[in-house]
Amino acid sequence: MVRLSDLDSGSAQHLLDKECPAFESAPFVSGPPLQERRVAIVTSAGLHRRDDQNFSLRDLSYRVIPDNTKAADLVMTQSSVNYDRTGFQQDINVVFPIDRLRELRDAGEIAEVAKFHYAINGAGWLPHEIETTARELAGMLKEDRVNAVLLVPV
Amino acid sequence: MGISLVRDNTVRLRPPRFLWVPFELGRPLGVPDDAEFQKRVLSHAFSLFNKAGPPPVLEDFPEEAPGTGANLTGWTCPIPLPPSSDDKSPERLTRVLVEIERLAPWHQSSMERRGRTATGALGIEIEDVVRFLHTVIEEVPVTPKEGVPVGEAFRQGCEELKTFYMEASTAKPGNASSRDLADWFWGKTAAGRLLLDLQSAALKSGDAGIRRVAETQLVPRQQKHRLD
Repeated sequence: MVRLSDLDSGSAQHLLDKECPAFESAPFVSGPPLQERRVAIVTSAGLHRRDDQNFSLRDLSYRVIPDNTKAADLVMTQSSVNYDRTGFQQDINVVFPIDRLRELRDAGEIAEVAKFHYAINGAGWLPHEIETTARELAGMLKEDRVNAVLLVPV
Repeated sequence: MGISLVRDNTVRLRPPRFLWVPFELGRPLGVPDDAEFQKRVLSHAFSLFNKAGPPPVLEDFPEEAPGTGANLTGWTCPIPLPPSSDDKSPERLTRVLVEIERLAPWHQSSMERRGRTATGALGIEIEDVVRFLHTVIEEVPVTPKEGVPVGEAFRQGCEELKTFYMEASTAKPGNASSRDLADWFWGKTAAGRLLLDLQSAALKSGDAGIRRVAETQLVPRQQKHRLD
């Protein structure tokens, strides 16, 4: 199961039926070289610290994952049942590549790893539904001097 | 910049910089426990920052995830469990608890090997998760976690149960695909049978949250053919 054509027709159609509205503009900026980037992860995997609030079914909020959070402290309460979780259960980097990010930093390929990363509950939201959350996240990323964000789906 | 799992939708949305990966849903970095492969995915994604455009920049990752394909069919769980049963007798709770007892050493082994478990979202023992879920067949139970509505606790309890089984069954290194694992859980275990039975019971629940979970959040599309 690696492509839409490999999914059962119901699952493939469900994904294709997602509304994908056109954006009015297409911002495209150049930043500093990769070696000067401070990188944060934003995942839609519904991850959070074990003692943080669980995600609920139609939850538009976000959870903050401090960079020093241990993998053992992270759980997943994303609301979809139609994606694989066994990869995450075996190795958190399958959905939240924090160790790989640190290795790239140590190798000098990126400059820094951000102080905070963020998780939301799925990606099937319409722009007007998720806009408030997105703007809040953008503000916090700027505050953390992040100049590169890796968006990771599930 | 981001990673895409559904190329068609990314083409329609036209984000500035995205890397499409030919991996299954839930595995955006491809495969567990293969740092070098994950790093190649990440490095390719980051290379998009250096592209001058024009937007949208959408590239395809050229490699398949290691270990995917026909070589993984035929996996069987290495952990012996009592045969599952289709009957809906009161013993079904006992059968799940017996399975959990058999799986517990393997779950412990998984935690020792990986240094973590993804269970614990509800803050109660796995046996209590099962008892909570089983209660839904007869009545609306009290939520086991303060602040979490019972419908949400029901959804997360189902995930907890699956997580426990999956972590235990992958404690031994081996080539189990996600489909193998899902087919084993839903088709061969008493826990899978319990969740399938819960679907019809939960649809009649007195709690709207539990009913909503039963409609779309309980049985994955790929396993719905097992419903009676």
